[in-house]
Amino acid sequence: MNTDELQLYREELKCNFKLLDEVFEDCLEEALRLLSEQGVKDYLDGASLVCMIGRGVEPVLVYLEEMPEIAHRLGEETLKIVSQAVWSMSRSPNGKAIISFLQSLPEAARRLGSREQFQHYLDIVFDMMERTSGSIHGFHTTIPSPGLPDLLEQMPSLLNQLSLEGLKNWIEYGIRNYNDHPERQQDYFKLQTADSRAMLQRERHGTLFADHQRKLDLYLQACWRDKDHLVPYSRGFDELRKPMPYYDNLGIRVPDVYDDIETADGVKVAALDRYRALLAHMAAHRRWTTSIFADNYSPFQRQAIETFEDSRVDYLACQQYPGLRKIFTALHPVPDEFDCDPENESCIRHRLTMLSYAVLNPAHPYKNPQIVEFAKRFHEMMQQGAPTTADIAKLATQFITRTRQKADLTANVYFKDTEIDYRDDNRHLWLYIEMADEEEMFLEEKPQEPEEPEDEGLPPRHYPEWDYHSKTYRPDWVSLYESLHPSGDPGDIDKLLAKHSALAKRLKQMLDMLKPQNYVRIRYQEDGSELDLDVAIRSLIDFKSGTTPDPRINMSHRHDGRDISVMLLLDLSASLEETPEGCEQTILQLSQEAVALLSWAIERLGDPFAIAGFSSNTRHEVRYQHIKGYSEHWNDEVKARLACLEAGYSTRMGAALRHAAHYLANQKTDKKLLLVLTDGEPADIDVNDQRLLIEDTRKAVQELDQQGIYTYCINLDSNIEPGADDYVTEIFGKQYMVIDHVERLPEKLPTLFASLTK
Amino acid sequence: MSNIDIAQHEITAEPFYQQQENEIALYEAAYAARLPVIIKGPTGCGKSRFVEYMAWKLHKPLITVACNEDMTASDLVGRFLLDKDGTRWQDGPLTTAARIGAICYLDEIVEARQDTTVVIHPLTDHRRTLPLDKKGELVKAHPDFQLVISYNPGYQSLMKDLKQSTKQRFVGLDFDYAPAEVEIGIIVEETGVDEDTAGKLVKIGETARNLKGHGLDEGISTRLLVYAASLINQGIRPADACRMALVRPITDDADIRSTLDHAIDTVFV
Ligand SMILES: Nc1ncnc2c1ncn2[C@@H]1O[C@H](COP(=O)(O)OP(=O)(O)OP(=O)(O)O)[C@@H](O)[C@H]1O
Ligand SMILES: [Mg+2]
Repeated sequence: MNTDELQLYREELKCNFKLLDEVFEDCLEEALRLLSEQGVKDYLDGASLVCMIGRGVEPVLVYLEEMPEIAHRLGEETLKIVSQAVWSMSRSPNGKAIISFLQSLPEAARRLGSREQFQHYLDIVFDMMERTSGSIHGFHTTIPSPGLPDLLEQMPSLLNQLSLEGLKNWIEYGIRNYNDHPERQQDYFKLQTADSRAMLQRERHGTLFADHQRKLDLYLQACWRDKDHLVPYSRGFDELRKPMPYYDNLGIRVPDVYDDIETADGVKVAALDRYRALLAHMAAHRRWTTSIFADNYSPFQRQAIETFEDSRVDYLACQQYPGLRKIFTALHPVPDEFDCDPENESCIRHRLTMLSYAVLNPAHPYKNPQIVEFAKRFHEMMQQGAPTTADIAKLATQFITRTRQKADLTANVYFKDTEIDYRDDNRHLWLYIEMADEEEMFLEEKPQEPEEPEDEGLPPRHYPEWDYHSKTYRPDWVSLYESLHPSGDPGDIDKLLAKHSALAKRLKQMLDMLKPQNYVRIRYQEDGSELDLDVAIRSLIDFKSGTTPDPRINMSHRHDGRDISVMLLLDLSASLEETPEGCEQTILQLSQEAVALLSWAIERLGDPFAIAGFSSNTRHEVRYQHIKGYSEHWNDEVKARLACLEAGYSTRMGAALRHAAHYLANQKTDKKLLLVLTDGEPADIDVNDQRLLIEDTRKAVQELDQQGIYTYCINLDSNIEPGADDYVTEIFGKQYMVIDHVERLPEKLPTLFASLTK
Repeated sequence: MSNIDIAQHEITAEPFYQQQENEIALYEAAYAARLPVIIKGPTGCGKSRFVEYMAWKLHKPLITVACNEDMTASDLVGRFLLDKDGTRWQDGPLTTAARIGAICYLDEIVEARQDTTVVIHPLTDHRRTLPLDKKGELVKAHPDFQLVISYNPGYQSLMKDLKQSTKQRFVGLDFDYAPAEVEIGIIVEETGVDEDTAGKLVKIGETARNLKGHGLDEGISTRLLVYAASLINQGIRPADACRMALVRPITDDADIRSTLDHAIDTVFV
């Protein structure tokens, strides 16, 4: 994108914070990649609205960063919905909660997975907000909701444990019981009261779709060679019509949560298998059902056709996977044969459900001769040939004709035990004559699949950050921008090395000591570098004694013991510009020398090795600068980058560690070592709570450990007393060294490396 | 070379091989023209069995070499050994095959290092010769000699691929797991399980093959299906046999295991 274009877009965003200019381009690029033209327009309008509320740059930043992804996932309407929501929140006394509200959205989008669900989520939040904001003696609402900020803080963790319905119930309880006690309300929504936790426990039941999505995708793929978007819906909202599973052009709709169930006679069906049964049924429709015209049939006939067709595809599915029958049977209701009164109730659903059960389960309890007869005819038809949807529709209409009852048409419909849990609503089964033409047009205009995003430049990468308060990750909290470090004059580095030539000489001796130990002798080589005397003598004896001697009397060496790759991560924050007491150079200059020597040493050893620097300016901008990659040698280009190290900004270490680790993790060596060179504790200007980034970094080190990466910190902080309990120990455990005489860093660093990797 | 025991390389009993398409005729044509053949296909789909069968059908001895990364050119061509009268040359399997007119089958050729692979070049073009540098001999291949190599495209990585100059010396046959009906026949014939059981095994095989590229690098091979059938023959519950032979070996991914376990439970009831 050229600057003119960028400028045009920038003008559409009516918001004049300086900080925006720095991130705008990246956000816009992401928006252009993920959104339609109209979407980008709505996006910029939305951001302008968020700016207008006058709550500073932060809400705008969050909106700009998070919305493209959310709109891409849930539809572009969300752009407006969210900015309007922010607007109305800002008109309430709850403006303070706006940022937390915006920050809860990415996780909500991810967990909830559809626009309807997302809308429900917003409704829940606003309902809570309105009901808990206070008014004094009937004046306008002026007192902000005490619990809202706490609720929003907890939201990511709540969404990970509850279905939307569960969330609603949990919040409802808090509102109802603590609306008059601001403090206790806060405690409730902070999850700090016993009843709050107990309620959470109660609502946390069942198997959430979001936790098993991959298994279900795999199930469709493995057993049905089928693939589609699985979109969850919630059953806790529509009071009028209970939503049912269905599929259409946009995907397959499934409930967001299922419980394990047990039938009256003790058969258990795990929630996961309920999902699979549902998918099996729909996949069977997708494979075997051909739509037919609805116009020729009466409503009853349609109902019967749906049931018979359901039975047909179930039958075929069970042919493929006989074990499904057990699950289907367990999930299928068994209406009481004599419970429906045909004189006064419409028994149509009752009859059809009985028939469906009789077809599924040969051991059904029904005596009704028509049910028995049609179940038999159904099976004969299935066994004789391969009846189609249209064929089975004939049987269905005959069933209706033969079983007609006086009261069928009354409005008093018998519903009990007639809902079949694992079946969809069959909307795909019907074609309508009037609509047929339109349908075709619609198909032609089918919106184009968004094209695969092109990989241009380096878009920001998002990393989570650990929040020790709530013991959860804040997902995608930090934006990290990777770039190539600018270059200076490689000659400068050579001069530094020359200055340390005496040290280099000593290092060289040390490295040579390191090397041979790490060579492995390979014996029994036909061609090798040296004669292996033991084997040679043995062969000679064999030879003299007349047996066939082994010709493999040589040996060679292999560079094998050092199967290690190394990543050196340099803290480039502003404090590096300081000159420590008793030194003539800044820490940065000393680091530069140390890194130059270390690189030279590692190059000699031949270990894969990379260098990067990092600094940060709030969570929206962690800079990660590439200095040396694994495929690059210690050459002039790398030296040039090292030559112009510059320090600035703060030290958000967790994200940098995570990013460095993702490169290191790709290395195929046995051992992976991440060295962090830093002069102080993690900190950033947008974080007041000192512990937060310390805890996050500690968490990052643990994550790395799980990936088999050994993290080691070289600390230049002169305030640290060796052995004392301090942040370094907390973060790195025993894996650190404090260099007290910083001026000796150039000497210490390579030695340290050598001893670490001996 | 009078001292080579040709008989040990001959295949006397007819191996069971179930043709999938027309590969037997294609191979016969390639053999008639003495063209080297490369057989590509996933693991355990019958490549080795096919070559064995063709050697039997053509009445030619078969020499098979399983390639590995430590293999050197000498392992193929031969080397000098010491004996009490001095040194003695020992032919490698490739040289032996070239001398006696055998079919030489290099299994999983990509495993071998590239400098090893190039020794086959002169044998695979119009020269049909094999220079034994150390011995100073140029072996002219016997008119019946033919080279066959196998190759599993699934394992391809940047590090392990055949050079173009190697690839372009062969005619190729693509193998894959047999269609269901044929594969059922293979399992029945190999193990004696009933057709219904074999059908269910193949069904489970299919579900796993559907996951290729969705978390599995390879599906379940015919070989593993045969193993599962053999376990069932030992009296083990089919579902257990399937878990042991079909799921445990191929993946540690919990989601995939759960999916395959479910497939097994709904296929074998
Ligand atoms: N067409 C076939 N006819 C008979 N048996 C077959 C056939 N295909 C596969 N098999 C069975 O599968 C087993 C494995 O086949 P084979 O050893 O030939 O596999 P492969 O393709 O050479 O595998 P790899 O690449 O792992 O060496 C055989 O032992 C046999 O039981
Ligand atoms: Mg083989």
